[in-house]
Amino acid sequence: MAPSQQFSVQVEVLLRDGIADPQGATIERALPALGLDGVTAVRAGKSFRFDIAASDDADALAQATVVADRLLANPVIEESVVTVRPAGSPA
Amino acid sequence: MAPHIGVVLFPGTNCEHDAVEALGRLGADADLVWHGSTSLEGYDALVLPGGFAHGDYLRPGAIARFSPVMEAVAAFAAAGGPVVGICNGFQVLTEAGLLPGALQKNRGLRFVCATVAVRVERGDTALTDGVAVGTTLSIPINHFEGNYTCDTETLARLRDEDRVVLRYVDNPNGSIDDIAGVCNEGRNVVGLMPHPERAASALVGSEDGNVLLGALLRTAGAATPAA
Repeated sequence: MAPSQQFSVQVEVLLRDGIADPQGATIERALPALGLDGVTAVRAGKSFRFDIAASDDADALAQATVVADRLLANPVIEESVVTVRPAGSPA
Repeated sequence: MAPHIGVVLFPGTNCEHDAVEALGRLGADADLVWHGSTSLEGYDALVLPGGFAHGDYLRPGAIARFSPVMEAVAAFAAAGGPVVGICNGFQVLTEAGLLPGALQKNRGLRFVCATVAVRVERGDTALTDGVAVGTTLSIPINHFEGNYTCDTETLARLRDEDRVVLRYVDNPNGSIDDIAGVCNEGRNVVGLMPHPERAASALVGSEDGNVLLGALLRTAGAATPAA
């Protein structure tokens, strides 16, 4: 079936548990300077957004997962979360 | 005949001339290979030099692995051809899956530019052939993402299969098990963060890099060129 629908994709990439996250740790150490000492478990990552033409939800998710797994994240150190919704629908 | 060594140039590579110069001074016939090339015919060995291939966008090496030349590099490596990745070149080889593990940001988010001591752990790889195990070399490092990491199974395999090629004497970046360089199963693909091409003349502080580059010349001379 030819792709007929546009989908909006969001991919969030974070370091895997157990991989040191020096950016997150550094941000966390800076927070007391704001007077906030209750913020913990800070993790730094990347967020990507793109549109994809696909036949349906499952097709869009499958394509977006290829993008996430083969390019956006390095599976040795990172994990990704892919979210797909029809273009124009509320995020 | 002088071994013909290709130094792969990506957009953003910046150590290619140092590599050509250092290899040439040792007697190699070294020249540049543009990342758009799809043939590596006639080369006896390849070097992926340091720099910032494709701007290091996304992650170091993440885009470079899709450069047209990388398919030919993988075929060259699979045929047993010697391939050495230095710094950014090491990152490219891990992203391309030609070497295990990954290079993450240095411990403490510290960019490190220093001459460090590295110990040769194996004398039977493309970059250390004939070098005595335990030899300590003084070679510069210059990186932000040089903190080698891999899962525990991979680390156990690297140790069991004697694939840790170089270790830091005094770990400068947080690398797991002090790893400065590793090789593939065939021992013909080697990646390292230190820059041997920047330690190729007493004029710039050290000639120790020539120990490694000289070994590569020997390996390249002995290798059958991959078609």
